[in-house]
This record gives sequence, C-alpha cells and structure tokens, in this order.
Amino acid sequence: MKKPPRRTALFACSVLVIAGLVAGCSQGSATNPDSKPSQSGGTTQTIVRYMNFSSNDGHEADLQAIITAFESENPDIKIQVETVPYADYAAKLLTAVSGGAEADTFELEYASFISYAKSGALADISGIDTSAYTPSLIKAYQFDGKQYALPESFSNVVLFYNKDLFDAAQLDYPINSWTWADEQAAAEKLTDKEKGIWGDYQPISYNEYYKAVAQAGGQFLNADSSATAFNSAAGIKAVEWLTDKSGTTMPTDADGANTPDFDTNLFTSGKLAMWHTGIWMFGTVADKAPNMNWDIVVEPGDTQKASAMFSNAVAVSAKSKVQDAAKKWLAYYTASQKTIDTRLAKSWELPPVADQSKLDTYLTLTPPANREAVFESLNAVALAPVVVKQQEMQDIINDELAAVSAGRISAQDAVKNMQTKIDPLLK
Amino acid sequence: MNTETTAKTSQLESLHRTSQRKKAIKNAIWVLAFLAPSAIPLLIFKIIPMFASAWVSLHEWNMIAPMEWAGFGNYTRLLTSSDTWAVFGHTLLYIAGYLPLVYGGGLLIAVALNQKLKARGFLRAAYFVPVVTSWVAVALVWQWLLNPKNGLINYLLSLVNLPQPGWWTDPTWAIPSVILASAWKDLGFVMVILLAGLQAIPQEIQEAAAVDGAGRWRRFWNITFPLLTPSTFFVVVISLINGFQVFDQVYVMTGGGPSGASRVVVSRIYDLAFRYGEAGAASALSWILFAFILGITAVQMYGQRKWVNYA
Repeated sequence: MKKPPRRTALFACSVLVIAGLVAGCSQGSATNPDSKPSQSGGTTQTIVRYMNFSSNDGHEADLQAIITAFESENPDIKIQVETVPYADYAAKLLTAVSGGAEADTFELEYASFISYAKSGALADISGIDTSAYTPSLIKAYQFDGKQYALPESFSNVVLFYNKDLFDAAQLDYPINSWTWADEQAAAEKLTDKEKGIWGDYQPISYNEYYKAVAQAGGQFLNADSSATAFNSAAGIKAVEWLTDKSGTTMPTDADGANTPDFDTNLFTSGKLAMWHTGIWMFGTVADKAPNMNWDIVVEPGDTQKASAMFSNAVAVSAKSKVQDAAKKWLAYYTASQKTIDTRLAKSWELPPVADQSKLDTYLTLTPPANREAVFESLNAVALAPVVVKQQEMQDIINDELAAVSAGRISAQDAVKNMQTKIDPLLK
Repeated sequence: MNTETTAKTSQLESLHRTSQRKKAIKNAIWVLAFLAPSAIPLLIFKIIPMFASAWVSLHEWNMIAPMEWAGFGNYTRLLTSSDTWAVFGHTLLYIAGYLPLVYGGGLLIAVALNQKLKARGFLRAAYFVPVVTSWVAVALVWQWLLNPKNGLINYLLSLVNLPQPGWWTDPTWAIPSVILASAWKDLGFVMVILLAGLQAIPQEIQEAAAVDGAGRWRRFWNITFPLLTPSTFFVVVISLINGFQVFDQVYVMTGGGPSGASRVVVSRIYDLAFRYGEAGAASALSWILFAFILGITAVQMYGQRKWVNYA
C-alpha cells in the first residue's frame, strides 16, 4: 500500500469530527459543568437553571426583575432562565427529564405534579420553611409525606367584559349572580357579525369542560376517581353550553379561533364583549387597550357557581448538582417580598402566601376595578381532576367537543364516546 | 534435509501471511478512519436508537420512571386498538391522494421543461424552490391559502360559483388540504428526478420512431413512458416511504384535527411518546410502521421486474 499523503492531518480531521459529535451529544445536561460552580470575576458562582412557561407572553420582564433582585442578594448564585410557551412546555419538560437535560429547577402544573413526583424526577425538599405558604397549597405538593415542590402561584378564570360594547348595546353590565342564560341572552344581543363584533368567547376545551360540568351541578369523576361521571344530564348540558356558542355568538376556527393570541387581540381591539379567561391577562389587556373600559365579574354558573382555580409549583430536579442553591432560589422565587410585590403590581398570577393581608394592595389596583371577583371566585372552586394519563384524557375531550361544535355528532354521543375512551385510562 | 526444507517453507509462508495480515489490518484501519465520520453518527443516531427502540417497545415506559417489562403487550394493544387503524387509514388516504398528484404533476412539468423553452433554467429552479423551503413556512402559507373564510382558493372558487369546502377546519377536507400542500412542495423533487430520466432517453430512438411515422402521443406512450419507468419506480418507492412518514405538514397545518380526522401514524407516535409519555407504545408503533413500509417496499421491488424497463 502506498503511503497516504498527509495521513496525520487526515486522521486528526476524523478525530476532530468524532470529538465534535461526542461534545454535541453531551450538551445541555443537568449534570454538565454548566451547573457546577464556575469561576467568574474572582468570585465562585453557582449557576442554577430555571425553566418555566408562566412568564411567557407578557411577564418575562417581571420574572427577570425577581431574578435580578435575587442575584443581588445572592451574588454567588446566577439564575439562567429558559422560558417556553405553555403549549410546548409539557413535551419539552418530559423530553428534557427523560434525557437528563432538564433545568435544575422547573415549573410544574398541579395536574402533572403527581406523575413527576411518582417517577422520582423531583428532589425531596422537605425541611424547607413552609410557614409562609397557604397550608392547602403546601399540602397539594406533597407526595408520600414528603415535600416535592413549592407552590409558586395560583390564579383563576373570571368573565372579562367590555363596558363600551355593553353601553353601546344599552345592556346592563354582568353581575356576580348571572347564570349561563343571562350570559347567552346578552351575547346574542351584543353579537354584530357585520361589524365583526362577537358577544362571547370561551375556549371549547377540556379546561372549560370540567368546570362547566361542575357549574351545571354534575361531577366529572366519581368519588374515588376510578371512572368518569360526566355521562349525565349535567355533563351533556355542559357540552352544549360550550359548543352552542360557536358560530352564533362566538367566532369559529375558520374565523381564526384557537390560534395563538386570537382571543386576546379580539378583546383588546374592542371586538369582543365577553371573554372567559384568566386573571393573568389583566396586565396584557391594560397594556394593549389602555383606553378601553372593561371590568371583570365572577364567571356565571348554571345551577351553581364553580370557578377554575389553577396552581403552579416549582421543583428541584432530583439530578441537579446544585440542590442547595436551587432550593434557595425557589424559596425566594415563591415567597419573597420582592416576588409578592412584583406579582401584585404587575397583576401576574397571585403569590401563594398564607398571610392574606399581603394581597391587599392587589385589590386597590385598577383596571379592572372589581378585583374582589378574583377572591369571590375562590368561594366555589372546580379543581382540575388529577389523572395520570392527563394529556390523553384532555385530547379525547377536546376532539369530541370539536366534533360537537362542528355539528358532526350530538352532545349525548360525545359524552358517551368520552366515557368509553376515558374510563379505561383511569384503571 | 527434507524436513528442514518443509520447516523453512512453512516459516516463509507464515512470515508472508503475517505481513499480509498486517497489511490487511492497516488497510482496515484506513477504511475505518475514512468511514468513521459518517459511520459513527449513523451508529449513534440511527442504528443504536433503532435497536434501543425495539427494546423499549417491549416495555411500559413513561421516560422518567424505570422501564417495566411488558412483552408484546404494546403490540397487541396497538394492533387491536381502533385508534391505530384510524391513523393508518388516514395515512393511506393521504398517500392515495398525494402519490398520483405529485407523480402526475411532476411528470407534466418535467415533460414541459424538457422542451426547448425560453427561461427553462429559471423555471426549473422556480419549481424546485418549494422543495428546499421549510415545511413550517409552506404549511402556514397553505393554511392561509386554504382558509375557509378569507383564503385565496375559496375566493377563486367563489368567483366561478363552485362550492367552497371548509378545508382544514372540516374533517372530510383536512387530509385533502394536507395533500395539496404536500404535492405542491414535493412537485419540484419529482420533476428533477423525472427530468433526469427523460434526458437519459436516447434521442435516436425518438427520431427513429418519428421517421417511422409515430405521432407525439404514440412516442410518449410507447417510448418515453416505458423508458422512464426506472425513474418512475424510484419516485414511487421514495414517495411511498415519505408518504407513510408524513408528519411536519400535518403538525403545522391541522395539528391532527379537527377531532383527529387528519391524525397520521407519525402524529400518533409523536403523541404517544412526547405528549402521553408512553415511549413503549410509541416505539412499538414505530416498528409496526417499519414492518408496513418494509412489506410494501418488498412487494414493489418484486413487482418492478414486471413493469420497469431498464434500457
């Protein structure tokens, strides 16, 4: 064999390619040197990664303000934040955790907490001082007698309404005692398709459905959560309530419904009279439509009131190498005065503090004027069902609701289909 | 003396063999060194994950907790589930619409662009541009073109008083919407393959046929088309494989909806793995899909002997 030219150079090339590949594979792991203490500017800094969805779309600067305050109090810790849109968060977190590439600390929804805690992905943070938090929320994030996450925030859904449109239609503003029938009657009068004005907007989705079942006086799951219980008059009525609006008083998919920010833009451009959405939208609406007159009211019920209450938590990855710094960050991020002030002033999701007087300033802020409704809504809450196969269940319900709203099947058939498909998931 | 000679010969032989073996090893090292840059990524990102997925498919695994042995449980569950057959049905429906459209369209354009036209180079490039465009951009543009309320296509249909379908918002039209976008995007690829095939057809045969009095149609059907069958075969095999693996356009355009009407096999695999945390079932479905594609491709390879003409 003839001696190949420049064999060393060629060999070096292939080695470099391989080394590059190997380096590429190991990038971004929770156990990589990123998270280890690193030397910077003469002081040893610990980097703590934090992944979240709740600051996305409007509260990024608020999260950054809390981080800046934390870092100035703890110059030895640096927070690296990664914000992911809510729609992509579940898949991203799951893939990251399974690949060992998750952030040191990350946000979790109440409904998905259990499956992560059960799987051993979360670090046991028992021993952290929990006295500042609402006891029921602290308890919600315990599993097997251990604390696996800290409550970060709570929020709920209320009925937003555009006062200008009500005035123009010479209708009375919604009040707390309103029922579905009152809302429907007003929505019909407010809808003016020629002007592109819609009376109502409520997502046709699982998150609205389990709540609507409760509002109609029904149960979503049976007492021991072993089977569904919505194949009832109330369950059918809830389907009809959500789906009948589409195309009559509410825009359809073809109008753009269900696309990102569609409802926000519709409301803030003064084309939507009533909107079922969360209190985390206060700031966005105030920013986008500073001259619009709007307010909120407790969501109408049917036979009873039932409002959605969401709670998010933050957890430390079981694999994180910087457990102490991570715990310190989460304790600060969930219960510090800076966090409380920021959340209240920016009308973000509310802090989970035990001392209710700390929330007083929230009530004095406007808009909206009727912030009492946020707390009145908590008097009757429909908690999200905790099911291990959460996403699968949600997809089934969303598919069936969409089929009813498009007029392809009846509400009765939809609840039957939902029951047949979901019951086996609960076994 | 005799034994001595034998010993010497065998010694020489073994020396020769050693030097040959050394040469072979040296050669092998060089071959490996040159193969490594492509073989190692192939091994890490394709071959190992493939075998890993076969192993995972025999387990229950939510990707976080340890795996639990399930035997062929995932396979039996999937093969008896109506959801699986629904997604295979949607995928086959997609292929049934996509393949004739992309082949027919590609052939038409290839034949047209094989003529001596002005701006032929520009046109060839123009038809190829969608192939190298990101699926996300293409899908979003088509989502707008096919918007039932204010899309361009329904507007054009309204001008000639034709019915205006609900496209991706209507379950019966969701798959056809995806077919249209996919065929449009892949047209350029099929065109290039067929154009190359057309140019490989010897001009003399065409000329001889013309001299014998064969018209354009006759020449196309009796000469061009049969001699194009190797390219056609390639296009059909590749398009079928790609068709079974359709995902991006569905994910962006319809998200599998409405009500799951456009959920295809790979969407189901994606949902199972990354949304439902059922990596075992997702892997099993991947292998079922693999078996399906392998079977169909094998049938095609066998069948080609009957209809593909290698000139």
